[in-house]
Amino acid sequence: MAKVADAKTFKGTPGQIRQQRIERAGALSLSIIAAVWMIANLVKAPEQFAQVAISGLRNGLIYALIALGYTLVYGIIELINFAHGDLFMLSAVFSSFFITYWMGADKSNGYGWFAFGLCLVVVMIFGAVINVLIERYAYRRLRHAPRLAPLITAVGMSFLLNFIGLKWNGSTPRQWPTVIPSGDIYIGEIRISMITIWLFLIGLPLLLGLNYLVTRTKQGKAMRATAQDRDASTLMGINVNKTIAFTFALGGAMAGAAGLLYQQSIGTTNYNLGFQLGLIAFTSAVLGGIGNLWGAVLGGLLIGLIQGLNDGLPIAFGQQWSQSVVFTILIIILVFKPAGLLGKTVTEKV
Amino acid sequence: MAKVSVANNVTRSNRKWIIGYSIAAFVLFITYQFLIPWDGLPSGIYQVVNRWMPPSAVNESLVYVIMALGLNIVVGYAGLLDLGYVAFWAIGGYCAGWFMSEFFYFLNIHFFGSVPAEAPGIHINFWMVLVIGGFVCALFGILIGAPTLRLKSDYLALVTLGFGEIIPQVFFNGENFFGFNISNGTRGIVRVDPIPVGVKDLGPFDFGWKLLIFLFLAAVMVFISLRLRRGRLGRAWLAIREDELAASMMGVPLMRTKLASYAVGAFAGGLGGVAFATHVDGVYAERFNFTISIFLLAMVVLGGMGNVWGVILGAFVLSWVNGTGLSAFSRVYNDSFGTKVDFASYTFLLFGLVLILMMLFKREGLLPESRLKLMLHEEDLDEKDASGSKRKVGK
Repeated sequence: MAKVADAKTFKGTPGQIRQQRIERAGALSLSIIAAVWMIANLVKAPEQFAQVAISGLRNGLIYALIALGYTLVYGIIELINFAHGDLFMLSAVFSSFFITYWMGADKSNGYGWFAFGLCLVVVMIFGAVINVLIERYAYRRLRHAPRLAPLITAVGMSFLLNFIGLKWNGSTPRQWPTVIPSGDIYIGEIRISMITIWLFLIGLPLLLGLNYLVTRTKQGKAMRATAQDRDASTLMGINVNKTIAFTFALGGAMAGAAGLLYQQSIGTTNYNLGFQLGLIAFTSAVLGGIGNLWGAVLGGLLIGLIQGLNDGLPIAFGQQWSQSVVFTILIIILVFKPAGLLGKTVTEKV
Repeated sequence: MAKVSVANNVTRSNRKWIIGYSIAAFVLFITYQFLIPWDGLPSGIYQVVNRWMPPSAVNESLVYVIMALGLNIVVGYAGLLDLGYVAFWAIGGYCAGWFMSEFFYFLNIHFFGSVPAEAPGIHINFWMVLVIGGFVCALFGILIGAPTLRLKSDYLALVTLGFGEIIPQVFFNGENFFGFNISNGTRGIVRVDPIPVGVKDLGPFDFGWKLLIFLFLAAVMVFISLRLRRGRLGRAWLAIREDELAASMMGVPLMRTKLASYAVGAFAGGLGGVAFATHVDGVYAERFNFTISIFLLAMVVLGGMGNVWGVILGAFVLSWVNGTGLSAFSRVYNDSFGTKVDFASYTFLLFGLVLILMMLFKREGLLPESRLKLMLHEEDLDEKDASGSKRKVGK
């Protein structure tokens, strides 16, 4: 009898309970600090607040698209694909060359939209193909190697892509004409640029489509099965190699789309933007709970929001501390809640 | 077979390296201090040496050797991927900047320094600053490690990467760090005190004598690495590297052991930072970026994780290629073919390829450590087992 009662009230070992308590206290105090900070700013400058929040969310959407690639790959083979950020950078360079040089579109008109639409498709294929090639020739051979080996390979791959970007784009940032209409609309005092609206109109269907692909289709089911147990899914007749390649393709396509959207909204490309944005996107994936699709989206939007608020608000650290703020969030999350906001805590299998 | 080589590795006791190392160091020193500046030398040789292996490049390589040896303790011995090692370099460098220059111009503290007593600023003896820098870094290593070392290996890599970004940014924006100037920001701290060695003070251009000092520091790191590896702590590191779970079951205190590796690795970073500050005669914030962390990692990987001599080789080769080799090669190539290829921009390609190709084809590095080699190719054996091929077990 006593045993049953014990089993009912058992909430974990003392260590786990302590861990939970630390997590809860940390989360509570951090959210209070964040809330106080936001309210103080909101009271001080409400319009500015809304303004930077919107532009922050716009960046957040791009982070979310990149973060999806990280989260998909980590979910299935537990590898931090450091090269993913640089794939995004290459896609941005590719789309600038595609739209401006190869298609010759530099104005926002019907032809511009046609070039944009075509570029969206082509750049997604571009990202997917490169990511699949990287997986095929570098990561696949190391799938059974110790954890350190693929991780170091990914870092090396990131440098390799960085080099391609350096040779393709040049060592200085490049300005490009954009084909998305650049007007503004006003809601009260708040200015929202058309680019932001278009970005969300293009980005959200991509997110929904990806979600559909992963949760509703047979291929998505195979992905989830492979993520859960690779050996068992092999026994169930799933082609694990193909499924992993498909996952890389999906992630690459998302990075490709993000590259196009980034290039069209900012209008500049630089060979080293992949590293910084990739890290921020990875932070988003970790914040949301790595391996969780909606977690990556939530994390991306949140990080974009926090970064936007930090960069633009009167009471904040300011832009020169942007990186530090993001990485501090990363460290805090990893220390207090490695599973992320939407992730489930998994006990280590022995 | 496996058992024999492991046993050999642990019990093999030797201090013979000290003799070989001393001879090599002596030859290097004589060459650069006396032979190269000697008038009787044919000028052709002087030019070739100056182009392909100038004294400053040797010194810089040695600084990289010191730091790569430190990173080797973290990555090679304990198997923890550290992607933010540059943070320790920065902290060590700024220790030199703070305690060996006129940066704190409003103070006047002297402690066996090498400058006149009326000079403003803090001037502490170089050898003490080395120790201070090392221990400050070790302290930071513990501070960084304590909350994060219980994370899984790849999360740990990420946290170190985060610190490797934050700390340089703190120094980069350090001109106004909550109202204090801690680093002069992008202007950097220029002019660090010369190194006092009793008879004379070594300024930034005494390459030959400083070569001797850096060789000595590298020897200290080699000594520390070899001694620790064979001791209780080193064996605990190797156990963690090979199987964390099994190690903890055998009673290895995971946290304490990992923290120790972090602290020792960071200590070396501090030594390297102070040494580098005296080498370039200043501390400049923009030098401390992520590329350096990867650069050091590539040295460790290329030479052979866990093997001190391999790491030294890797550090020498890569830092020479990056600092001198590529630019000298591109000059020679462009002169003889009339082209304008900028080979210096190929460093990214080079490091990327080194990391990828080494991991794919020679995971254990150029000079492999026998024990690590076995571990890294474990899966080949497993695969053979799985495919049913006959493999002789043992010998």
